[in-house]
Amino acid sequence: MCLSIPAKVESINEEMATVSVGGTEYEASLQMVDDVKVGDYVLLHTGFAIQKISEEEAIETLKVYEEFDDFNKKLDEEEKESGQRIV
Amino acid sequence: MKYIDEYRDRELVLELIEQIKKASTKNITLMEVCGGHTMSIQKFGIPALLPENINLISGPGCPVCVSSRKYIDQAVAYARLDDVIITTYGDLIRIPGSTSSLDQEKANGADVRIVYSVLDALKIAEENKDKKVVFLGIGFETTAPSSAVGVLNAHKMGLENFFLFSSHKIMPPAMAALIDEGVQIDGYIAPGHVSTITGAGIYKDVAEIYKLGCVISGFEPVDLLRSILMLVRQLEKNEPKVEIEYTRVVKPEGNVKAQQMLEEVFVLEDDWWRGLGILPKSGMKIRDKYKQFDAEAMIEVEVEKTKEDKGCICGEILKGQKNPKDCKLFGKVCSPSDPVGACMVSHEGACNAHYRFNRN
Ligand code: SF4
Repeated sequence: MCLSIPAKVESINEEMATVSVGGTEYEASLQMVDDVKVGDYVLLHTGFAIQKISEEEAIETLKVYEEFDDFNKKLDEEEKESGQRIV
Repeated sequence: MKYIDEYRDRELVLELIEQIKKASTKNITLMEVCGGHTMSIQKFGIPALLPENINLISGPGCPVCVSSRKYIDQAVAYARLDDVIITTYGDLIRIPGSTSSLDQEKANGADVRIVYSVLDALKIAEENKDKKVVFLGIGFETTAPSSAVGVLNAHKMGLENFFLFSSHKIMPPAMAALIDEGVQIDGYIAPGHVSTITGAGIYKDVAEIYKLGCVISGFEPVDLLRSILMLVRQLEKNEPKVEIEYTRVVKPEGNVKAQQMLEEVFVLEDDWWRGLGILPKSGMKIRDKYKQFDAEAMIEVEVEKTKEDKGCICGEILKGQKNPKDCKLFGKVCSPSDPVGACMVSHEGACNAHYRFNRN
């Protein structure tokens, strides 16, 4: 029940939208979100769009390698500075 | 599928596991308090991927499991009334009450309908003006706003035969109560969809007063492993704080519109949780202003005396003190096709998730 899924907004009719989840279409109420446009992705929960999904943040999350690189570099520096092994 | 497949990427998963192994030196126990996380963690086999010094346990994250048996008994009592139609999410239908379940009542001729959304319940109310339509509102902050919309829409539509039976609860009191009870954990994998509504602020006390890190996590393997890594880093540095891993969905302030709807319709009251007992200001009750939509206030029923199951240790499992496998009934007397406790019925329940994904 707490499960929510990313869904693409296909069309909007006032407070209701048709959204698609991997090709299957559902009705979703937009009563809880502002500024949703056709083509946006929303999180669908019990028939409501409960949040817009941020494309930018989604890309950011997947930059795992870069993040690790930065993290490791920072750790190396900290270890050098403090003369201690941190992790 | 977009926003799902890329977070299941094998390479990323392997890289993350490597990093966790490198970063983690202490023995730690992390708790997830969201039924969705319980399911994902079991489904993707996350515990087996982690180094041995990291232990994951489930907390009270399954709304159906923490609710009282009396709630089911009362829903059954409503179902037995001739002029009532029960509308409910599918999760509740097979939960055993003291002597019956909604499923059984349905088989006996009661009008019990599974709906996907409260909006369907409103439609049913519009089409059946001679009946009282009771919607079973169960769930945490994620699901409660839809029930609030149900009440607000019913008010707008002038519907006089729609009633909400609320068992909605909020998460932070349970997270604090667990620590007060002495459950030994080192950090919380905080619920992603609860936080979508509430924002990150609700965990401030847990981080500042109880000194436990809270990382708000998404539900895919990459999300969960990243969150675990973030918690490991906090612990290695001894810097507990609230962080958001699930940034593509969770904003620090949450969904303000949904929060306003909750505030408009509900007021917090003390509520009972399986395993934890009565927690102050942890349940959502309908405000007097909307009393005409409150099933408890408007529909009188006699509810049978509650009988709890002997031998079911759901309560201790919900507190993270025991594992489903510690239950003598697990897999023998109790299974998803013949469940004894709610934790085995609901897909979000720890017993159910363990049974389905992790039996050997
Ligand atoms: S296995 Fe069944 S009886 Fe045992 S704790 Fe889980 S739900 Fe209760």
